[in-house]
Amino acid sequence: MNNEPILQVRDLRVDFVLEDRTIEAVRSASFNVDEGETVAIVGESGSGKSVTALALTRLLPVPPAQLKGGEILFRGENVMAMDSARLRRLRGGQIAYIFQEPSTSLNPVFTVRSQIAEAIRLHRPEVTKVDDEVVRWLDAVGIYDAAKRMNDYPHQLSGGMQQRVMIAMALACQPDVLVADEPTTALDVTIQAQIMDLLGSLKDKFGMAVILITHNFGIVSGFAARVLVMYRGRIVEQGPTAEVLRHPQHAYTRALIDCIPRLGSRERRLRTIDHAAIGDV
Amino acid sequence: MAVFLIRRLLVSCVLLFFISVISFFIITLTPGSPYPWGELNPKISEEVKRVFREKFHLDRPLPEQYALIMRDLFTGRLRSIKDERPVLEKIAERLPATLALNLGALALSLSFGLMLGIYGARHAGRPPDMITSVLAFVFIALPGFWVSYLVAIGLVQAAVPILGTHTIGVTFSNGAEVFLDRWWHVMMPASILAIGGIAVQSRFIRASMIETLREDYIRTARAKGLDENTVFYHHALRNSIRPLITGIGMLLPALIGGAVIIENIFAYPGMGRLGYEAVLERDYPTLVALNFVTAALVLLGNLLADLLYAVVDPRVRLE
Amino acid sequence: MITTTTEPLALAPATPSGRAWRRFRANRIGVAALVLVILLALVALVFFVLDRLGIPFPMDPDMTNLERKLLPPNSINWLGTDNLGRDVLSRLLNGAYISLTVGFIAVFVSLSIGVTVGAIAGYFGKWVDNLIMRVVDAIMCFPTFFLILTAVALLGPSIINIIVVIGLVSWTGTARLVRAEFLTLREAPYVQAARALGQRGPKIIFRHLLPNAAAPILVTAVLGVPEAILAEAGLSFLGFGVQPPQATWGNIIADGKTYILDAWWLILFPGLAILVAALSFYLTGDALRQAVETRSERQ
Repeated sequence: MNNEPILQVRDLRVDFVLEDRTIEAVRSASFNVDEGETVAIVGESGSGKSVTALALTRLLPVPPAQLKGGEILFRGENVMAMDSARLRRLRGGQIAYIFQEPSTSLNPVFTVRSQIAEAIRLHRPEVTKVDDEVVRWLDAVGIYDAAKRMNDYPHQLSGGMQQRVMIAMALACQPDVLVADEPTTALDVTIQAQIMDLLGSLKDKFGMAVILITHNFGIVSGFAARVLVMYRGRIVEQGPTAEVLRHPQHAYTRALIDCIPRLGSRERRLRTIDHAAIGDV
Repeated sequence: MAVFLIRRLLVSCVLLFFISVISFFIITLTPGSPYPWGELNPKISEEVKRVFREKFHLDRPLPEQYALIMRDLFTGRLRSIKDERPVLEKIAERLPATLALNLGALALSLSFGLMLGIYGARHAGRPPDMITSVLAFVFIALPGFWVSYLVAIGLVQAAVPILGTHTIGVTFSNGAEVFLDRWWHVMMPASILAIGGIAVQSRFIRASMIETLREDYIRTARAKGLDENTVFYHHALRNSIRPLITGIGMLLPALIGGAVIIENIFAYPGMGRLGYEAVLERDYPTLVALNFVTAALVLLGNLLADLLYAVVDPRVRLE
Repeated sequence: MITTTTEPLALAPATPSGRAWRRFRANRIGVAALVLVILLALVALVFFVLDRLGIPFPMDPDMTNLERKLLPPNSINWLGTDNLGRDVLSRLLNGAYISLTVGFIAVFVSLSIGVTVGAIAGYFGKWVDNLIMRVVDAIMCFPTFFLILTAVALLGPSIINIIVVIGLVSWTGTARLVRAEFLTLREAPYVQAARALGQRGPKIIFRHLLPNAAAPILVTAVLGVPEAILAEAGLSFLGFGVQPPQATWGNIIADGKTYILDAWWLILFPGLAILVAALSFYLTGDALRQAVETRSERQ
């Protein structure tokens, strides 16, 4: 295995140009992800974490988004300079995504089978028995009776199953990096745990790097080796998960960790983050 | 699916009832003499008026009038004031021509509207879209009778036959020419009739596509690495054709209504022309029947459209 | 999260109507169309007043002159003369107010009925909504123009009848729209807050729901005017519109019917007038629709 990080992000800046003002969604983000590494990006809504994730394969809608500066290198290749054909191979084939709302992220008029098969045919044209491959992956994500289920339409499945389908669809292309943008936020707590367990076992089994975007520090420990904390478009702290949790350096990180309700605590009010005290980064 | 169908059929029956009541009321409640002749016309004797009133049940209370007129209508006893022929018969003989004209116009509206709408959405916000948008509004704003006249003038100058359903004498020719002749006589007025429909449909399709393109599953499709054409014509289009089906329900009344003038200008023997003549002659029975039949046809079209919804969208099908 | 380091392009207007107006202004086609609409309204008003005052300008629209009949556009009659020698341009200008009056008032009638019916259906919901909507569905099945023609023919073609009939036939679209808006808005948190404060039905409708539904209603109104204009033109063309000698764009064309092959100017110019009038309203309405659409509906 190479020592080069699979993903290198240097000083990424992304603006959103609206009709009356410009929003600086990402003000300067720099980080690396190694092969097979699991990294979590944590922050509240609006911190720029999802924008960063989408920027990795230039999935942001260009207007209104504007990649103002910075560098994204995938295995040394500059993503910003890729032509559309190369970019399309990157998307799905090397960096795959699962999104927050599985119920709206799947096309309602096509069957599960056809949507997964489409991805397989695109990125792995050598596969001859595509349907078998679809069943194999649906099995791998824990869908019972996969051969029958694959002919269902997305709305016939529960939220948890829909997300499993998304995961299957992403992994069936055998990507090197899986970007999971708030994969469990829209699901019940019990299903959340199941999906996180599934992701954990899949990453162990297939060895892809995982970038987990979340606002929930709770699912980070035990899953991600390293964590990046984002606030107002900047990465304010990064490091090994255990370290950051135990000895947070930045005021915001401390406040964020403090917010996690603790079992057995005597407090009567939930803690919030005092943004004024933290100030601008 | 069966439940869906039955429910729709029941609702349609209720609507049909409302339609019949409305048709009836339009005629009876408009003030003015119910007789086609002037009220004070000295030549018409009381006896004639009495017979007339009895024939059309005008002396009964309103609800009874309604029931009797409806009965007469459905049993074919309702007769035109003009020529005493059963109204249903007169309508039936115009039906094929009317269907040809209106279904032709509908087909043109839906197909060209779809194409224009897709084109506009594909290039949304850029000059080609802005031009087609303005063009669409020009089409909608064109008065049908005006265009018909200009076209008619042009064609007459070019010695091309325009009136009726076929050129006199064509029956002496061979099958192909007869067919083409009839086709021309339907499609030419149908095209003019469809101008507005094409434009309206294109606006709806365009809007629908633009909205679909903002959905999450389009982002997923792009994240999968699909090229823009596949995303557009495969993923987005399939979800945007609902307006095509809604268009059926929306366009039919407009087309049948617009046909009145077009049929007049091109001497096309459809129900629109029958209606216009009936209006001129104050042929109330015919008017009631025509309003009812045309509305019922539209209702039928809506029912078929509902069936199509189920075909197009699996979420509807499986309720 | 929002930190602006660049100066805002211009101070963003605070109110939704302010923003909508700004968006409308940026739409050049829409602005041009609105200018045209205002121009048309002015022309109609001016020539209506002139007519009532008895001032013929450029010429008396009703003055027949059989020696100058059926003349093509010339230096005296810029748009030619009709079969009775009347100046087409004068008749066109004089007929403008009919089209616009019918357009505006018919829309007003249609809006009044439509908003009322839609509000009731949308606010009360359940069986009231169901019943009203079935009736609306039934009415919408009728071919509109044929219905209008029948009614006007039976009632007699006066300008009031035409306006009322068009209004009575066209309210269904507005009703559906208002009902849909109300059904959605009814569930909004601020409405529930209002209820919690003890406000009751009519107050909620007028104070909270209607103002928020106002924008789409306005758009429908603007888009309804050209439909009314076209309906009136069609009626006049068939002879069931406003009767001669009063000129309307439709009946100039109707008079010209018999002479189509010889006097193209009798068909072309009034038709163009109808087209331009309808088009400017349509374009204005569409620009308005784009301007008031909230972010979530933006196209």
